[in-house]
Amino acid sequence: MADYKMHVLVCGGTGCKASQSELIKKNFQNQLEERGLDQDVQVIHTGCFGFCEQGPIVKIQPDNTFYVGVTPEDSREIVEEHLIKGRKVERLLYTDPTTLGQITESKNMDFYKKQVRVALRNCGFINPENIEEYIGNNGYAALGKCLEELSPEQAIQTIIDSGLRGRGGGGFPTGLKWDITRKVEHEQKYVVCNADEGDPGAFMDRSILEGDPHTVIEAMAICGYCIGANKGLVYIRAEYPLAIQRLKTALRQARQYGLLGQNILGTDFDFDIEIRYGAGAFVCGEETALIHSMEGKRGEPTFKPPFPSQEGYLGKPTNVNNVETFANVPPIITKGAEWFSSIGTEKSKGTKVFALAGKINNVGLIEVPMGTTLREVIYDIGGGIKNGKEFKSVQTGGPSGGCLTKAFLDTPIDYDNLLAAGSMMGSGGMIVMDEDDCMVSIAKFYLEFTLDESCGKCTPCRIGNKRLHEILEKITEGKGTPEDLTKLRMLSHVIKDSSLCGLGQTSPNPVLSTLDNFMHEYEAHINDSTCPAGQCKALLQYIIDDEKCTGCTLCFRNCPVGAISGEKRSPHYIDQTLCIKCGACYEKCKFDAIKIA
Amino acid sequence: MTKVRSLADLKKLKEEVQSKIKLREKGDHPENLIQIKVSMATCGIASGAKETMNFMIEELDHQGIDALVTQTGCMGFCYAEPTIELTMPGKQPVIYGYVDKQKAQEIIDRHIKMNELVDGIIPVNYKTIDD
Repeated sequence: MADYKMHVLVCGGTGCKASQSELIKKNFQNQLEERGLDQDVQVIHTGCFGFCEQGPIVKIQPDNTFYVGVTPEDSREIVEEHLIKGRKVERLLYTDPTTLGQITESKNMDFYKKQVRVALRNCGFINPENIEEYIGNNGYAALGKCLEELSPEQAIQTIIDSGLRGRGGGGFPTGLKWDITRKVEHEQKYVVCNADEGDPGAFMDRSILEGDPHTVIEAMAICGYCIGANKGLVYIRAEYPLAIQRLKTALRQARQYGLLGQNILGTDFDFDIEIRYGAGAFVCGEETALIHSMEGKRGEPTFKPPFPSQEGYLGKPTNVNNVETFANVPPIITKGAEWFSSIGTEKSKGTKVFALAGKINNVGLIEVPMGTTLREVIYDIGGGIKNGKEFKSVQTGGPSGGCLTKAFLDTPIDYDNLLAAGSMMGSGGMIVMDEDDCMVSIAKFYLEFTLDESCGKCTPCRIGNKRLHEILEKITEGKGTPEDLTKLRMLSHVIKDSSLCGLGQTSPNPVLSTLDNFMHEYEAHINDSTCPAGQCKALLQYIIDDEKCTGCTLCFRNCPVGAISGEKRSPHYIDQTLCIKCGACYEKCKFDAIKIA
Repeated sequence: MTKVRSLADLKKLKEEVQSKIKLREKGDHPENLIQIKVSMATCGIASGAKETMNFMIEELDHQGIDALVTQTGCMGFCYAEPTIELTMPGKQPVIYGYVDKQKAQEIIDRHIKMNELVDGIIPVNYKTIDD
């Protein structure tokens, strides 16, 4: 049994590996072996620390010292000074940019932790299928506190004071919504949880329901108590079987423990929850469409007002909140409004969960305080762009959001800043794009999604988006004209202004934001018939380099349309009128003789 | 079945559960109880977390090691699924990523049996609400 007294943890994340962290590890091992310390100190590689801009990172345990910007040569000094003599190598410690002081105390060594888990506090810690683990982690204490100590008004005031805003994307103040629903007088009201997460690339709500279903149940009960409802409904898409199964288990357990049902915790408060399944239509995330779908009608939105708070499910006052919004409620009640509002920015309080996806190293589920910059999210937590490529854009807000450029990397993320930048918070999908992504094609991709998902009720959305898509199609085929750009912009504004619901009102956003931020790419497609990212097939040309071609005939034999001709052992030629740009020749060529122009 | 009838009941149950967990951690045989949590959200299961969990249960059983293997939700490291959290008695929890059968075997042979760390630990890079 090895009995190591110390550990040297060398970051082996993609960013640090690129700056020689392999060699750093090897040097440490050599240094330790030379001094006969290799049985006392173990050197290992770890995953990403989430602080890549200061890499390579080396952490010493058990004293928790955190060294930044370590080079392979530094290993000798760290071994001699720190490991043997117990003196920290001060020049390699992190310097706090505000105080310019070095961080030497191990208790202050958590500065690199940019994430704060509030909504995800139990995800990955407790067994989601065991209610006792949730209770052991302070679960249902917030409901208990509300029922015993707080009046509905006081509980709502706590939510209002906390500054919590809807996490589904709109950002409406949650406490205010509860207050409005509370004030509508009716003997029957409903609490609805919107778990119809439909943005491509988003999986925050699914993860919360899979990892911590009881937090949603508890928060819905709290909401019921506050607004005067005794019935809750979870609208969840049928494509989330595991989330549904865990939610069902959780509901059953909550009823068994008397935390749902009649006379909860010995009070006269009754509350129970039912599940309603959605068939996975994007528009059903819009609250009026969601309510219609739950009623068994077509999932089509209707004009607001009346708001669901006044006339919602079955015409009764209904409070609709998103999964992540609910997940924030229990800790706000137990820890207080002040605690919650101390996190975040002036107008956006608390944290936000993001699903990081796309061309990024550490794809994952993250939760950061509002006000964290895109750069911190992408380069520190996300570990930078895959394969060392250049960052081009980040898409937030899904099909309703926009694409932001490098210029916005240092913008603190909150509802208002993203909106001002031409995108939106959305539910929290964040898709990172690199230099190989064509922005015209990206805009087209999102419009395709909208076209599929438009319910067809109102003309601007049904027909307008179709026309937008046709123009984009034309541009990516190299047939665009300069007038198309004006048309795109004008039509986008008409659709935004005249559509019935949020889906149509936001669907042109990807087009508008790419027009604003990547005009040069549109112009390249139209004026120069080229696609700068090399993605639009119609604008590519496969050409054979005469000097490299050996005349092996491999391309000739693999071309499916017979566009390649040439004599054996002499350079071949591609007939551009026949070429379908399938790329088969490019993949097969062993001499790197085929070029994309 | 415990029926929670009042806030006092709830608090009692919370303490019971917490002491049960404590008992599990610091019980009569602290040198024996090893805890493993396997991240079993959709992303984990799609990358083979079920196989990893079954393998660990079987292998630990086969080798006669007393360990508690449970499931949990998404830890957030989707790029490194399947992920597990291993808590050795009296030690801080450690998270490992990319735990396929081979990695699981290595973790059992080296970390659990020899008390060495294995390459590929994912540092916890977030704060909790109690920090």
